[in-house]
Amino acid sequence: MMFQVATVAVLIAMSLAVVRALRGPTVFDRLVAANSVGTGAVLLLSLFGFLTGRPEFLDIGLTYVLLNLIGTFAVLKFFRHGALGHPGDEDERTKVL
Amino acid sequence: MIEAAVDALSWIALVAGGLFYVVGAVGLNRMPDVFTRMHAVSVGDTLGAGLLVTGMLLQAGPTLVAAKLVLIILVLLFTGSVATHALARAALQDGVRPVVAGRDGTLVQRDAAEAVLPLSAIAPAEQTSPEAEKETGRSNP
Repeated sequence: MMFQVATVAVLIAMSLAVVRALRGPTVFDRLVAANSVGTGAVLLLSLFGFLTGRPEFLDIGLTYVLLNLIGTFAVLKFFRHGALGHPGDEDERTKVL
Repeated sequence: MIEAAVDALSWIALVAGGLFYVVGAVGLNRMPDVFTRMHAVSVGDTLGAGLLVTGMLLQAGPTLVAAKLVLIILVLLFTGSVATHALARAALQDGVRPVVAGRDGTLVQRDAAEAVLPLSAIAPAEQTSPEAEKETGRSNP
């Protein structure tokens, strides 16, 4: 029963994040929301594993959490440089914000 | 007896975690700009996820499942902060400026004239300092 409650909460939060991903004015709003959806997917997978008594879902969650990070950086790099193969340049890395 | 106590703790952790996660998602929808939205959602991604995983850990007991859960929450915590930092940096470099409260309390976007200021100057500029106002040529009603 406790896992059902947590699953419903995570589902609600994920749908709210999807709303922001659709509305968000800038691409960064969408990325924040997408990141949140990714975290929610990992939690949902873990909870679903407990819900159904099949802990194999945790391995899938572990994969998703790594994919989530790579995906965020790929999209960030794409919007920063316009290409995924850009190596980045020196003055940009040393520039202090 | 012990099982009931563990179950109760698990209930508390899972419900509180779900609550924090939903609160973070609500903040994601109600905050005014991308930086405050990041701030709101990080509550759900750290405290919410941490409590949810704690609740699951209590149910799992000392097994391989628990080890995987610990691994998941560790990776989540590290990648969450790194991704948020990269996102904020990319947003700043792209010219997205934080929305700040003007002197009359309304929310205003930092305009292009103030965008050239370093970030450290943004917070002091909000004080009532006539020099900062002269420099940027900003005049609030």
